[in-house]
Amino acid sequence: MSAAMKAPDVRDEYLASLAPDANLLAGPGPDWLNALRAEAATCVNSLPYPTTHDEEWRFTDFGLLRKTVFASAADISPEVSLADIAPFILPESEKSRLVFVNGIYAPHLSACAGLPQGVVMSNLAAGLSSHDAVIRAHLAQQLDFHNEAFAALNTCHIRDGALVLIAKDTVCPAPIHLLFIATGDDAQGCASVGRLQHPASGDTRASMHVAGGRMPGATAQQASYPRCLVIAEAGSTCALIEDYVCLNQGVYFTDAVCEITLGENAAVEHTRLQRESPSAFHMAYGAVALARGSNYTAHNIAFGARISRHDLRITQNGEAAQCTLNGLALISGRQIADTHTVMDHAKPNGQSTQLHKCIADGGAHAVFNGKIFVRKDAQHTHAAQQSRNLLLSNKARIDTKPQLEIFADDVKCAHGATVSQLETEEMFYLNSRGLSPLTARNLLIYAFAEEIVDRIPVTSLIKQLSKTLSEQILEHT
Amino acid sequence: MISSNSKVILEVRNLSASVAGIEILKGINLTVRSGEVHAIMGPNGSGKSTFSKVLAGHPGYTVTGGEVLFEGQNLLELPPEERARNGVFLAFQYPIEIPGVSNSAFLRLTYNTQQAHRGGEELDPLEFNDFIQEKCKIVEMDPSFLDRSVNEGFSGGEKKRNEILQMAVLDPRLAILDETDSGLDIDALRIVASGVNKLMTPDNAVIMVTHYQRLLNYITPDFVHVMRRGRIIKTGGKELALELETRGYDWLDDEYQRATPA
Repeated sequence: MSAAMKAPDVRDEYLASLAPDANLLAGPGPDWLNALRAEAATCVNSLPYPTTHDEEWRFTDFGLLRKTVFASAADISPEVSLADIAPFILPESEKSRLVFVNGIYAPHLSACAGLPQGVVMSNLAAGLSSHDAVIRAHLAQQLDFHNEAFAALNTCHIRDGALVLIAKDTVCPAPIHLLFIATGDDAQGCASVGRLQHPASGDTRASMHVAGGRMPGATAQQASYPRCLVIAEAGSTCALIEDYVCLNQGVYFTDAVCEITLGENAAVEHTRLQRESPSAFHMAYGAVALARGSNYTAHNIAFGARISRHDLRITQNGEAAQCTLNGLALISGRQIADTHTVMDHAKPNGQSTQLHKCIADGGAHAVFNGKIFVRKDAQHTHAAQQSRNLLLSNKARIDTKPQLEIFADDVKCAHGATVSQLETEEMFYLNSRGLSPLTARNLLIYAFAEEIVDRIPVTSLIKQLSKTLSEQILEHT
Repeated sequence: MISSNSKVILEVRNLSASVAGIEILKGINLTVRSGEVHAIMGPNGSGKSTFSKVLAGHPGYTVTGGEVLFEGQNLLELPPEERARNGVFLAFQYPIEIPGVSNSAFLRLTYNTQQAHRGGEELDPLEFNDFIQEKCKIVEMDPSFLDRSVNEGFSGGEKKRNEILQMAVLDPRLAILDETDSGLDIDALRIVASGVNKLMTPDNAVIMVTHYQRLLNYITPDFVHVMRRGRIIKTGGKELALELETRGYDWLDDEYQRATPA
């Protein structure tokens, strides 16, 4: 249980400072959206800041975030060109790409031509004019923003986002690429990490919100609040890539929310990539609801950010739903990557298979917490969870906590966790083929990670990530 | 194939080794010349596999005495990767699975690593593809195995075949086959053995570690050595293997005990 539920109304000045001002709250959009933002803002103003004293945040100290002043990056419109984002463009999604710069839709970078009638992909702001009812019915419905401060923070900032609607029985022919670009600070000439420590004068912007007057003279860093809403109607199929990247290596804050609803027998394959700047903060909530017979597959990959946290909650609301969750966190240096998943089997005959891997090098700290609930009604559930972890240095740390809570009596559930170093036998096998210890080590780490990357359904993305993998592994040896 | 002026490839002198403080090898002597096939037989726990691993440089074993010369060079001072690059190959009893690394990429990496060391030409993926297709024929391996992850989901027989494929690619001077016949059905055994025979030349040599005589029906040894309690207690020709098959090992033990009073 989060402290939020035990002790409501513990306003945190820092959190409150991140909420938008009254003008923005009553910003563009229909009344119901204004009301939603206002409600979320109320939550932000009354929820505590999560600390390591909360059970759900025990291993992940987001205290460092508080030491930085952030202002919403939504008002900045940096010049980003197609050439800037070329490294992230996927040929498979050449005509099914939505690009957001600091959370705001960038039409000149996006491309969504030639999709079939039943596929709507647009920015949320534009979608409101044509799909108000369906957006209203789904937006912020899956998410417990009343108890999750950062989900509430994102919700009170909703101005734009990605909207994907796949109509009944429609098969989306190409993977949908939702590319969220953080410009970092360099694009705007804001303070860099170094300048934060030695604050420059005269570079503060009037619109920023400074928390409690701390860090006088410090320039605010950019915060963005990306939002995704995906609705796959009955019998539809789509592949989705939710991709967080950066153009500069600065300090910034991404607070993202993604909500996905699957209709009966719908199938969604969702690849989520967190490749933020190594100095960035990344906080994300995902909520997925499955109707009867639907099938959800996730590939969650985290390479980036100084501190990142991904909370994913999946609920099987209908019978015989199926979920496959693959996860990989590869971190080093002083990175922290936390993944919390909740797999909620609420109806009978459901299945879930989960494999989560963490690789921690240097002084990095990876956290995995995987809960599986099997509710009383969810007879004949078949759930399997594996947490496999690789520790590459004496200073690295991995905390893994698989949790099963079963209330039904006729189910098959298995879970297991291993934390290991590189095996002597594996190293010897490769050495005995002439490979040096360093090459052998890198190959084994690569292989450990590649097993997850290989499952991504987009070939060009596998290639991109494999290359990143090799580079990251080489960089830290 | 044997001639007394063949070059000595391996010279093992009074080798002893221990694992976790327990002495497993207690003074092994063995000379292997180019062109020769040696079989090392013996019951479980006699030290056969330990001997193979010590030759290849397994870090879990400590050499406590004796010396090993490989082509005149002190083998024991080299780390395993350098032994391999110099031409020692160990076919594993239990080959390791490496999910996430394709067999062809792995084979090319090991091949090019050794070529670089030997001053040979390295191959790009296209050139290597032609090269490896030919090698696959030696062990009758379906080229589809090249696209799969190294040994992942391979049957026991497929793993052993893959070991011999690696041997074909790396072209070692000395190949040590550690129970390569274990877990093989008769067809797989024939294919693996035929692969080894095709790879034999007057310039290389093979040490086969095996429990059973049946492998020796397919690969004819020039010498059969029997190991017991960390020592070679008997050396003979291929007919010794047949005798072991009918009489077991105990008679040799008795004979050895009588010959070497405590």
